[in-house]
Amino acid sequence: VERTSLLKMMEISVAEAEKRTGKNAVNMQETYTVYLIETRPVDAASEGTNPVPDSLWRRYSEFELLRNYLLVTYPFSVVPPLPEKRAEFVWHKLSADNMDPDFVERRRVGLENFLLRVASHPDLSSDKIFYSFLTEENGWKETVFETGFQAKADSRLKALNATFRVKNPDKRFAEMKHYGDELQSVISQLLRVRARAADRLYGVYKVHGNYGRVFSEWSAIEKEMGDGLQSAGHHMDAYAASVDDILEEEEHYADQLKEYLFYADALRAVCRKHELTQYELEMAAQDLTSKKQQREELATGTIRTFSLKGMTSKLFGQETPEQREAKLKMLETQIEEGEELVKERNAECEEFVKSAWVDIERFKEQKDHDLREALISYAIMQISMCKKGIQVWNNAKECFSKM
Amino acid sequence: MSAMSAGAPRSLASSGQKSIQDILHPLSAEESALNPGSAAEKDLILPNGTPVDTSSPASSSSLLNRLQLDDDLDGETRDLFVTVDDPKKHVSTMETYITYRVCTKTTRTEFDLPEYSVRRRYQDFDWLRNKLEESQPTHLIPPLPEKFVMKGVVDRFSEEFVETRRKALDKFLKRVADHPVLSFNEHFNAFLSAKDLNKRQGLALLTKMGESVKYVTGGYKLRARPVEFAAMGDYLDLFTQKLGTIDRIAQRIIKEQSEFLMELREYGPVYSSWSSFEEDLHDPLEGVSGCVSNCSSALEELTEDMSEDFLPVLREYVLYIESMKNVLKKRDQVQAEYETKLEAVVFREDKKTPVPTDVEKCQDRVECFNADLKADWDRWENNKRQDFRQLLTGMADKNIQYYEKCLAAWESLIPVLQDKQEAEGETS
Repeated sequence: VERTSLLKMMEISVAEAEKRTGKNAVNMQETYTVYLIETRPVDAASEGTNPVPDSLWRRYSEFELLRNYLLVTYPFSVVPPLPEKRAEFVWHKLSADNMDPDFVERRRVGLENFLLRVASHPDLSSDKIFYSFLTEENGWKETVFETGFQAKADSRLKALNATFRVKNPDKRFAEMKHYGDELQSVISQLLRVRARAADRLYGVYKVHGNYGRVFSEWSAIEKEMGDGLQSAGHHMDAYAASVDDILEEEEHYADQLKEYLFYADALRAVCRKHELTQYELEMAAQDLTSKKQQREELATGTIRTFSLKGMTSKLFGQETPEQREAKLKMLETQIEEGEELVKERNAECEEFVKSAWVDIERFKEQKDHDLREALISYAIMQISMCKKGIQVWNNAKECFSKM
Repeated sequence: MSAMSAGAPRSLASSGQKSIQDILHPLSAEESALNPGSAAEKDLILPNGTPVDTSSPASSSSLLNRLQLDDDLDGETRDLFVTVDDPKKHVSTMETYITYRVCTKTTRTEFDLPEYSVRRRYQDFDWLRNKLEESQPTHLIPPLPEKFVMKGVVDRFSEEFVETRRKALDKFLKRVADHPVLSFNEHFNAFLSAKDLNKRQGLALLTKMGESVKYVTGGYKLRARPVEFAAMGDYLDLFTQKLGTIDRIAQRIIKEQSEFLMELREYGPVYSSWSSFEEDLHDPLEGVSGCVSNCSSALEELTEDMSEDFLPVLREYVLYIESMKNVLKKRDQVQAEYETKLEAVVFREDKKTPVPTDVEKCQDRVECFNADLKADWDRWENNKRQDFRQLLTGMADKNIQYYEKCLAAWESLIPVLQDKQEAEGETS
């Protein structure tokens, strides 16, 4: 069942990137990049009028704010990741500098991808904050803060960071978390080795360029052999130059892998949040049980559980029947509240499991499809590279045979 | 004299009445240096026993000998075929070494039999080359593969090393066999036919020392080098430089490719371990892993081929050029000696007495040397062109084969990757 996603109604793109300078929070001069978000209703384009799209500028930190808001507000969703904050897994020719135009360009593409993913997500796409992110330039930040998501974020964040043990872990979620760990580990490794291999491949191609120069010099001292050598040299130069495009294309493949590296993190976050919900349920249930036990003891006079009050009353004398009554009454209220809480938490848990599992299944399908596509385009890239190589060397061979 | 007629160039080099040992090259300096004033005519005897007429400075007979020898060697006119193959290891208490089988097929009358098969080791080839250099100092002798290999760095008994050496030795003998003068050399004949070369090698040690010192310390000053030989020297210098550069580039490429290969060998297996915890993606990922593995093997082959086939030929040519430069130096020496002696004679008072024969001999030597060298140079240029055409075409071929193997691997992967998408009508 597909709910209408925002993407079906609206065209979204991150069209440009620009450098800005301004004063930051501590009144210091800083340079940063802003990205132009363009939106246009889908019907408008199909009517053939092609109006000018609405647009506004946003910087990376605003995207981060949006994502954090979504993480807190939709804890059961595998929230699409942002492109990396800093360039990682770079091979030497690529700059690790955030201001580098190639990095900025790849980030622009990544941010657009992020928006498209959110806009096509069954739950996230209908979020109002997301909509205003795309459409309201001024005052958006205040609107987000007004939702009070940060308070929730802080407490949940603290809880997530704390180590806690769940008594009855849900097997499915435990497996999912383990899968997320493995996926993250294997993609990291893949990206690392790929970057090293790219470095080496660059070296192989570029050194062939030296043949170009020496063949040219050599041809100058030859008579009949000269022409063949000279033209072969040009082909060697072309071969050396071809690696730049090859590796740029491969970078796109690396970006596709990176998205899923970060997606693995998002998946794990959902599993962690489930654990938290489960833990909170277990805590509430535990608390309720202990309160019920206290009531029983108070009613029957037997002390099974240790309590400081109990001990002091033992030491300093029994309490009066009125005191006992008061205590019992308090406990009853607490037990009532406790039962409500357990019911709530139980419902929360069930709701979470249901929603999360739907989104996880959706994510699995998306992942399988996307990664398969990525592998196909990678294979096509390799095929293209081989064909180019064959062509260049055939050209060179022809020149050699004319020597 | 058969040598005088234009029609039968091939029957030159028989030993005639003299035994092989006693026959010296008419132009070898030994004789004239030892007996400067003796009856010089006796010394100028062609290998077939006929005396040379030295009444004219450039005795026509000897000149004709050289000019008539046909350079045309296509398959039909060739009458001497030599191959080097079948390397075998010999282990004795003293040493371990490799021998190669040298097979000869010929119709030349200089050989007693039409076919020979002997076993030779590198030492024997080295001996042959030294003898050729001694006895044919005016000719360019093809090079041998490097003699010394650093133990511990290169395995002298590995298949690759032995095969590389075999190819170079085969090329060496073929070049000698194709040479119109060198192929008739008696030492070459002995090398191809004698069962036991050891006895002859003893003499080599004695004569080699004296010979090599002679030309280098000739001590005569050269007035003016003829333009064509100066050009040869300059060309060889530049060419050596270029070869050195190409060698360095090729080595660098091999190094980079090897390091790339190392990364690929780590890269492929990661896809495999990924596939182990995927369901839908298991086959595609496993497929990519296999593909990368195939490409790795193809790259390994390319690198090995370049090491074994490309680099040794470059290095061979560098050695070739070195020996050629030495021959050029010798030529300079011979010319310098002639010029010095001629000058001494020109300034003598009595202009009526005829030019002494030793000056004439010198002039003869200069002209013969120049003629031999020019002929050999042209032959060398031709061979060089062919050799490098072959070498570079071979390099291109190997790279093409590498890419074709990789292409096939990736293309065969596409259907595996698209497996589930056949229904959607995707095409690669």
